[in-house]
Amino acid sequence: MNKVAVNNIVMNYHSIDNLTTAIEDITFNVQDGEFLSVVGPSGCGKSTLLNIIAGLLKPSNGEVYIDQELSTSFSPKIGYMFQKDQLFDWLSVLDNVLLGLKIQHKINDETKGKVTEMLKSYGLSDFISHYPNELSGGMRQKVALIRTLALNPEVLLLDEPFSALDYQTRLNISDEIFNIIKKEKKTVIMVTHDISEAISMSNRVIVLTKRPSHISKIFDITFSEQYNSPLKSRKAKEFKDYFNDIWKELNN
Amino acid sequence: MINEFEEHNKYLKNVRARKRKIVFVRILILIVFFALWELLGDLKIIDPFLTSTPSRMVKSLVKVYNEGTLFRHIFITCYETIIGFVLGTLLGTLIAVLLWWSDFLNKVLEPYLVVLNALPKVALAPIIIFWVGNGITAIIVIALLISVVVTIISVLNGFNEVDEDKIKLLKTFGAKKIQILTNLILPASIPTLVSALKINVGLSWVGVIMGEFLVAKEGLGFLIIFGGQISQLDMVMFSIIILSILAYLMYEGVAFLEKIIKYSYKN
Repeated sequence: MNKVAVNNIVMNYHSIDNLTTAIEDITFNVQDGEFLSVVGPSGCGKSTLLNIIAGLLKPSNGEVYIDQELSTSFSPKIGYMFQKDQLFDWLSVLDNVLLGLKIQHKINDETKGKVTEMLKSYGLSDFISHYPNELSGGMRQKVALIRTLALNPEVLLLDEPFSALDYQTRLNISDEIFNIIKKEKKTVIMVTHDISEAISMSNRVIVLTKRPSHISKIFDITFSEQYNSPLKSRKAKEFKDYFNDIWKELNN
Repeated sequence: MINEFEEHNKYLKNVRARKRKIVFVRILILIVFFALWELLGDLKIIDPFLTSTPSRMVKSLVKVYNEGTLFRHIFITCYETIIGFVLGTLLGTLIAVLLWWSDFLNKVLEPYLVVLNALPKVALAPIIIFWVGNGITAIIVIALLISVVVTIISVLNGFNEVDEDKIKLLKTFGAKKIQILTNLILPASIPTLVSALKINVGLSWVGVIMGEFLVAKEGLGFLIIFGGQISQLDMVMFSIIILSILAYLMYEGVAFLEKIIKYSYKN
């Protein structure tokens, strides 16, 4: 079943001097539980697309459906993760994670317990009362993910979630976060410029052209062997071929 | 291992010795300055009528003290200054919040703020005296006016420097504007607020002394202007020295407050 449907999205940016078409007719569907990546040259409007799906930006034309329902503003079914963790320095890890619940006046013993449980099961039990500047970049991104998961969204939108991390942390944390997302059974749309990351994590990869962007090609990613983590699936023999194909598609 | 230990000890010793040296020279300068002042004045190399001397200043100070008004003067000036910079900071922050809230209002008022910022606020003093009366209130209003515009501008800048993505994050939680203000903008701007407070202490002193020159019957500014009028430069000089000490102490007080806030803010 379609979890998210993106229909004929067009996005124009207006300024005094000119009109720029950032996105020119993009249509795709995302299945329930699917991990979809969007790659494209920088400045092609990947993040714009994500903002439109999130309901933070109104497209010039086209609609976004979530569970067959037309979405016009930010939906509680959606969780958004940023390039930088955007943790609040003045709040403890626990208070950071509870931020969304606090805004929605949903803090009670049950939700608090659930969130604490999540922090514990994902290896942050020692840091619950610490402050963000005492954590490493990878841990911070994990806290940011749990902050998003605390509101129990069904669809996660990830906007280059690992690009601010150093390479080693990036590989490790993307592995960890992938496993958390799979365990929580979320549907994911991830924007990235890292082809390897896209192939290793996703069921499908959408390649966008440069602006005005449209879909250049959609790749179904299937490996002949099953791997239980993105890091290991980089060893798959098809990996190199996907990489080359996507690379070629991007440079067309 | 032993070498490392000794090396570190030596390093610490050096740091401490240097610190002591700095404090020593600072005090030395002060002593030499006052001693030379006294000496040159006593030897009539400089004219003590124009320059006063430390001993004449002390005499004049004791005289005012015996009249029983010295602490009254100090208290009044401190009171006006503190009320001036606290009110200036609060009012400035409040207006900054309003301008942050309405971008339209912000854009509309921008040129007026620029003009008000460039205008020497003391020029408004005669008008203020007419409006609020010839007294402490007028002095406080002048002090407040001097700091309020700078506060609005710097605090608003601080508000606008908050990461756009953090605002977006709160919007993805469905936050209302008031929630963005209380959960993000204000706590993120606490360091800006404290540094505004620090600047305002200095500005408030300027406002209060200017105000006292114009209207006061009490206060250190009054002592300075009164001393000048009756050709008592001893009184002018000691008032200025008390003023320097008070301004220094108040600045250090706010700096200490800043340290505490920064500490609790980071931890």
